[in-house]
Amino acid sequence: MPHVRLRGPLKRLAGDCSDHVVEGGSVGDLLVALEREHPEMSGWILDECGELRRHLNVFVNGEPGAQDTPVDAEDRIDVLPAISGG
Amino acid sequence: MTELLLGTKKGLFVLEGEPGSSFEVTTRAFAGDPVEYAVRDPRSGRVLVSTTSPFYGPKVWYSDDPTSDDWEQATGVALPESGDLALERIWVIVPGEADGLVYAGGDPGVLFESRDGGATFELNRGLWEHPSRSRWAPGAGGLCLHSIATWPDDPARLAVAISAAGVWLTDDGGKTWRSGNQGIVARYLPEDAPPEEEIALCVHRLRRAPTRPERMFMQFHGGVYRSDDAGRSWIDIAAGLPSDFGFPLVIDPADADSAYVIPLTADLDRVTPEGQVRVYETRDAGESWTPRGDGLPAGHAYLTVLREAFDRVGKHDDLEMYFGATSGDVFGSADAGATWFHAATLLPPVLSVAVAR
Repeated sequence: MPHVRLRGPLKRLAGDCSDHVVEGGSVGDLLVALEREHPEMSGWILDECGELRRHLNVFVNGEPGAQDTPVDAEDRIDVLPAISGG
Repeated sequence: MTELLLGTKKGLFVLEGEPGSSFEVTTRAFAGDPVEYAVRDPRSGRVLVSTTSPFYGPKVWYSDDPTSDDWEQATGVALPESGDLALERIWVIVPGEADGLVYAGGDPGVLFESRDGGATFELNRGLWEHPSRSRWAPGAGGLCLHSIATWPDDPARLAVAISAAGVWLTDDGGKTWRSGNQGIVARYLPEDAPPEEEIALCVHRLRRAPTRPERMFMQFHGGVYRSDDAGRSWIDIAAGLPSDFGFPLVIDPADADSAYVIPLTADLDRVTPEGQVRVYETRDAGESWTPRGDGLPAGHAYLTVLREAFDRVGKHDDLEMYFGATSGDVFGSADAGATWFHAATLLPPVLSVAVAR
């Protein structure tokens, strides 16, 4: 199964664990499954509309991805804050 | 000892000090995150904080000891899932008039209620599902519900204000809401604007006089108003001010004829007029205004004071008031505005001020 890597507060909310093996066919599926597994993370990655928060980025095997990006069993997904802020 | 809870663009700052001297920073929390608002509930001592992480979205937190770094995230502060809208920001948190009752107001024009002191919240459905909502329009700061005026000892009665959707009133604990905008004149609308535009009103701040709760004061987007009938209608009381534009407003809780505002030059020039920082006081319900600037910067001081960045504690001659500016300065008065002192400087832009002692 693909695995998702988290950092910072997301890692803390996910049981203080950075690597998570999650089942799903797309990035969006994985993120929903991750939030279901760790309810404390609810609302931190996806908003109430189910959309990836605007200033978070996802990468699939190092390449920029999106919620509808398909994933395979061996894929690695990173969820990272964007270069933004003030 | 007076405590200031400062929401800033870069975290929560807790300051303590004696009025008349500089305050000491005792705590910084949520470093790096915008803290929109922080308040200590006087009933429980609990501190409630709203943050808006640019990455992870808006959250509400609570702690019984803000110096401990032991913060719990409140739950339920979100809009219904799978809708078209997401919560953008929580602007204000206000203790209610029943045990454990706490309100939180935010963008997009939403009110949340907690019955357990701020640990869990529920969306107020009456306001969320109001039939006029589709016509509500945001101001420059978003569609923000920023003012929550409770009615002393009566949790059924409440007034809230939304920029730019006007004043909303309930007498049944938030089940039903009606607008309360009669008499407000919006200069940014044409005189012959259709009736449906009558709720497109950019209220900047609303406060209720606790000793005479049918009286409220309002700083509007161009106008200062008073209501003597619990918000049904409004009277323009801005004559005598250097500008009728501004954001914050406080009152002396023991004097229903009192109000303090901090005028800014205009909506297109949101700084203190003529480079002078002055608080304006009325003690006759807006018949006249007196500048209170003794001790405040009086030369080339172009400050912006935001809507939640002015608060008070005490009453009468013991009234302490504090306001913060986006410059990172905080000013205070311990004598009902007669004289002022510099409480803090070199802080991040101040978004909110809440005072306790």
